[in-house]
Amino acid sequence: MPETLMHPVEELTEAFQAASRDAKFQAELAHLLKHFAGRPTPLFHARHLSEHLGGAQIYLKREDLLHTGAHKINNCLGQGLLAQRLGKTRLVAETGAGQHGVATATVAALLGMDCTVYMGEEDMARQAPNVFRMRLLGAEVVGVASGSKTLKDAINEGMRDWVTNVSNTHYLMGSVLGPHPYPLMVREFQRIIGQEAREQILTTTRQLPDLLVACVGGGSNSIGLFYDFIPDREVKMVGVEAGGRSLSLGEHAARFAGGRPGVLHGAYTYVLQTPDGLISNTHSVSAGLDYAAVGPEHSALFRQGRVEYCHASDEEALEAARLLARMEGIIPALEPAHALAEVVKRAPRLGREQIIMVNLSGRGDKDLGIFQQAGIL
Amino acid sequence: MTATTFKSRINLCFGKLRQCGSKGLVVYLTAGDPSLAATGELLAAIERGGADVIELGVPFSDPLADGPVIQRASERALRSGTTLTRILEHLPRWREKLQAPVVLFTYFNPVLQFGLERFAREAAQAGADGALVVDLTPEEAEDYTAVMRAQHLDTIFLAAPTSTDARLELAARSSSGFLYLISRTGVTGERAAIEASARTLVERARRLTALPLAVGFGISKPEQVREVQALADAAVVGSAVVHAIEERYDSAGAPAIEQFVRALKEGCNPA
Repeated sequence: MPETLMHPVEELTEAFQAASRDAKFQAELAHLLKHFAGRPTPLFHARHLSEHLGGAQIYLKREDLLHTGAHKINNCLGQGLLAQRLGKTRLVAETGAGQHGVATATVAALLGMDCTVYMGEEDMARQAPNVFRMRLLGAEVVGVASGSKTLKDAINEGMRDWVTNVSNTHYLMGSVLGPHPYPLMVREFQRIIGQEAREQILTTTRQLPDLLVACVGGGSNSIGLFYDFIPDREVKMVGVEAGGRSLSLGEHAARFAGGRPGVLHGAYTYVLQTPDGLISNTHSVSAGLDYAAVGPEHSALFRQGRVEYCHASDEEALEAARLLARMEGIIPALEPAHALAEVVKRAPRLGREQIIMVNLSGRGDKDLGIFQQAGIL
Repeated sequence: MTATTFKSRINLCFGKLRQCGSKGLVVYLTAGDPSLAATGELLAAIERGGADVIELGVPFSDPLADGPVIQRASERALRSGTTLTRILEHLPRWREKLQAPVVLFTYFNPVLQFGLERFAREAAQAGADGALVVDLTPEEAEDYTAVMRAQHLDTIFLAAPTSTDARLELAARSSSGFLYLISRTGVTGERAAIEASARTLVERARRLTALPLAVGFGISKPEQVREVQALADAAVVGSAVVHAIEERYDSAGAPAIEQFVRALKEGCNPA
């Protein structure tokens, strides 16, 4: 990390630790999560899809029903309150699919803060409705034309803004990426997904799930679902990365399939890169998974073998989205559609008494243009 | 950190400057911008223009500490096929014609992929005098400084206006050759004026270390160089020189850059 940001990051670490112990902060966050964001989210038994695939019972954790349409709001409310506590008046964020940008702009409006969101120009084009939503919420959206014009480049530009305006600005990282304390802090704000889901499945079925499935871009929705199940050794977990068009470098974002350990944006983790250590461009139909590095905690879980990582292609994700829409009347975002693509492969291999739980991390409204272009009707 | 009795080229350079009561000019350029052949020519021109220390930038795909000028230079250099390996291949030939110390200025990932020990060994063999890894903070740098020291290479770290005294001390303790002070919060790039934060930082650093102090970020004009030299031991000019290379190298060649650096050195307005 640049030296200029080291002291701010140390301050943030202290503030986060203090807030974690502060009952008033926790109560305020819990209040907003319930009354503003709409928690707890339901756990839905997708009976028709389960029947259709002919194997395990599939349960969907409905993060897509949250205010702003994805799990991102959980983390934004937490960090927004923390930024206020630090006396910051301005939020800066990167966004890929725009879900994190919309959630940040929403929290900025709610808390009366200024907001600037950096977004790759390619992502602005393919997720145009979210650009409009952010602007309507009062945020400034700045297009980034460098590099691959996607999430990695937006983070570079967001960091440049932060390093310049560090005295009044909080960088609201949207995933379990970046320097400490971000990976830990974002995980703590997303853990609620798994905490709720664990209680819900035990109440409904009186058993733990056999398999958890979630998509992995930076990895916040997946770590959020997985974390509280880690001690349950009998629960298998699968993280699904973006397989893109093919597995040649630049055509996908499957870090565990094509990457190796390196440093990007202040984290040591699996990174897609050239032999010379230059960060590779990536491709995915889903802007939210289109990033060259993965959250460092996922690298640790991969090395420990606690979580298995696989990938789904653009085509498989689009097909899985269509299937869910037809079977259950739910249009998923393209990010969790990657998780559903893996469920399509695995459910038939499991028994009917077994349970797969999927994090349906966001809804598909933002992707209608891509669905249309892909001609999946 | 064990103090080394070895006198590096950077130590000697600052020693000489101190002896004759003058201040230094540190000049940055990106290797391979616009080509590696040009870099050889530009290094010689920059030295003739009066640079006391040269920072040789290794282009990176994601230069998040840099402003638009150095970002563009990195893109040009990467397009011309420049990598750390190729820079180290060319450096011995460039070194032969130079007196000034050369500091490799790089992001961490290319060095990590190259291998820390191999980097130190090959950089020393190629004739580099030290390195500055812009996104490596001293608390994460133990392995790196150890292999660099073993090869008698200087390690230069950064301190910023936001660095606490504890961090400033850590940066100074981990540095050898000189300590690089960032004049203001922000990325690299030219600015109209030197900010007051630079003076405060120099004064704080002075109390904490005997190392020579170089101030950089935002210094682009001869009068700013003078202003900084009145405070610190050296001024670093990066983006302004890179900008001059971008605008004038193709049409007017290396002599135009020599002239630009000479103007910075002599404190008269560049043509």
